[in-house]
Amino acid sequence: MQTIEAGKIEELREFIATILKSDYGDSNLISVLHKTQELFGYLPREVMDEIAQRMSLPTAHIWGVATFYHYFNLTAPGKYVISICLGTACYVKGAAEILTVIEQELGIKVGETTEDKLFSLQPARCLGACGLAPVVMINDKIYGDLTTVKIKKLIMDFRKSEQHK
Amino acid sequence: MAEKINITINDKPYKVDDGLTIMQAADHCGYHIPRLCYHPELSIEGACRVCIVQVEGVKNFVASCCYPASDGMKVYTNTKELRQARRDIVELLLDNHPEDCHTCERDGNCELQRLAYAMGIRKMHFSGERKHYEIDISSPSVVRDPEKCILCGRCVRMCQEIQGINAIGYAHRGFNTVVTPAYNMPFGESVCSHCGQCINVCPTAAFTETNYTQELFEKLNDKSFTTVVQIAPAVRAAIGEAFDLELGRNMEHETAAALRRLGFDYVFDTQFSADLTIMEEGSEFLERFQSGGKLPMITSCCPAWINTLEIFYPDMLANVSTCKSPMSMMSNIVKTFFAQKKKLDPEKIYSVAVMPCTAKKCESVRPEHYIKGLRSTDIVITTRELAWMIKSAGIDFVNIKGEAFDKPLGMSSGAGTIFGVTGGVMEAALRTAYELYTGETLIEIELEETRGFKGIKEGIIEIDGKHLNIAVAHGLGNAHRLMDEVRKDPGKYHFIEIMACPGGCIGGGGQPYPCVNSEPLDEVCLGKRAEALYGNDRKNTIRRSHENPEIQRLYREFLQKPLSEKSHELLHTHYSPKEPKGIIHNQGVIKV
Ligand code: SF4
Ligand code: SF4
Ligand code: FES
Repeated sequence: MQTIEAGKIEELREFIATILKSDYGDSNLISVLHKTQELFGYLPREVMDEIAQRMSLPTAHIWGVATFYHYFNLTAPGKYVISICLGTACYVKGAAEILTVIEQELGIKVGETTEDKLFSLQPARCLGACGLAPVVMINDKIYGDLTTVKIKKLIMDFRKSEQHK
Repeated sequence: MAEKINITINDKPYKVDDGLTIMQAADHCGYHIPRLCYHPELSIEGACRVCIVQVEGVKNFVASCCYPASDGMKVYTNTKELRQARRDIVELLLDNHPEDCHTCERDGNCELQRLAYAMGIRKMHFSGERKHYEIDISSPSVVRDPEKCILCGRCVRMCQEIQGINAIGYAHRGFNTVVTPAYNMPFGESVCSHCGQCINVCPTAAFTETNYTQELFEKLNDKSFTTVVQIAPAVRAAIGEAFDLELGRNMEHETAAALRRLGFDYVFDTQFSADLTIMEEGSEFLERFQSGGKLPMITSCCPAWINTLEIFYPDMLANVSTCKSPMSMMSNIVKTFFAQKKKLDPEKIYSVAVMPCTAKKCESVRPEHYIKGLRSTDIVITTRELAWMIKSAGIDFVNIKGEAFDKPLGMSSGAGTIFGVTGGVMEAALRTAYELYTGETLIEIELEETRGFKGIKEGIIEIDGKHLNIAVAHGLGNAHRLMDEVRKDPGKYHFIEIMACPGGCIGGGGQPYPCVNSEPLDEVCLGKRAEALYGNDRKNTIRRSHENPEIQRLYREFLQKPLSEKSHELLHTHYSPKEPKGIIHNQGVIKV
């Protein structure tokens, strides 16, 4: 578990304090969770505990909201976040196969992170690059016209570049 | 008086009160519309759709539990289309449910099973993907089996609205929706109080108590142990229900007889140690009251309350009486005083408690309750488990001839009996404290202030010209409200009784499942159980704990006097704050 940075938690506390002053303060849980994800990249458990206390909401309720929306990450994302497009165009062009290969190569399922914290895998609806279907986005970069061979190589390259560091 | 409205149900005219839902109106007119997620004491969720009816002029079926009845409305509850639709709804639930009724804990007692029967489901038409979850056995009290859950949400509402604990909630969505503690953490590590009320309201076996009956049957056959059993007051007031006897029949002597037939060597009564608790707790209160000790003093006999205290009120540990519960006091006396008397090796005594409570299972494993490395209560079973054991062993409980408890730990005063009802501990304590304080006998021993099922009861008792402010709360939601009050105004009360279960122990999480047409939390049922205990008190010639001759003897021969060194060693305990914390408003938890 990574440590919570003081500056970030202070910022979140201020955000909650402001929100609680507004009308229906505690119904703003979703925006607090958004803020949390923006600050930490995911929803760390200690921070959810903190939110529970500050907003007087049960943790079971916060957990319910956090797991209801796919948008929220519940584990720290890996260094490389692979978003695989499962939109219509990509799907037609074999995204499912690409996904299976990624899952096999990394040993994780969609929504999970590898044990070495190098890769996370998440689904995407449409990345707006249908001309290059099937595509994945790794962090901010698009990789298109994928085949099962190409994606394997791509993952291998990332692994290698890490080993050299 | 509410205004009346005219409605027709199945073409027959009726007059009903205004402001009811269709379901409530139909209930008054003799129609029991099938239902699942609805519970009269909980908020309306409208999730299961089993309660659908047809309303003339409304295109779709409506859920009768949340649709208001109105003047001139024409309702149909049993048309061909409805029957088909309801059957489909229930069938879809069954389709995503393990087909293991005949090996299930609630076989014969399950609302889903009953519903499927009533809907006329005789074969399954759908077959789809089925959910798979591990059984969670991390709690010593409550088992969670999400595969059996049909997502009616009664447990969630119970835990939230009545108990105010919020240990469980819905997580994930769609097919993956599951009722779980926060972070999918093991139940035993959550903020759960182990009160077991979720078990009482669950229609299926998705929540059950940890079952120790097999282990107990084994021990009963092991002749190298002396088996000693005690039964709590509330058990006798409800166990008859498990045998279809009328509500509120006191079965104490029948239970004692059945326990002997199960093979127990000594059958004792927790009411005896309730008297002992009063001696200690009453004296502790007077000591605090007279010497400026920490007040209000709060009772400690309810283990689900103690769990809640340590999680939600770490700032109030010093307010709670240091007395162990009657169950633990009994077990300690059994393994010391009684063992010495009978020249038994305490290691070879197996001490069993039959309780209306699931949290007692938790209490029995707490290290604070070990004496000299020895567990004091070896096993706790609920009223339900005992009822099953009696049936399973083929004992004719309904026709059995009653027998008395064994001496010396089977004798009790009426004060010990009423421990099982909300307000009873307070009443019993005041009967004794009054006399210890004033030296005079309290004449009016039945206290109006502490009786009945109001969530929080308050009263002022005059003792020797001094005013004692007392309060009694039952149900953890009410306990929360009372504790908030105490945090705001610590001087408001002197003495507080808290029981985690609605109604007190008589409404415990280990009591028999409701009969076909009764509901958990039903005040009529609770009232009858309470009356069984109050009646027992009235017919006892000894009604004050300090007058119990066996209690007097125990002090004379063993403990010396209340709060003595020996008492402290055996009968008192301590508390410590627990993680994870419940909500303590507006405080942070992260230290930076
Ligand atoms: S045992 Fe009580 S506190 Fe725990 S989940 Fe069930 S109702 Fe809530
Ligand atoms: S556990 Fe039982 S009470 Fe809770 S939602 Fe599932 S079926 Fe309903
Ligand atoms: S009982 Fe009405 S929707 Fe469940």
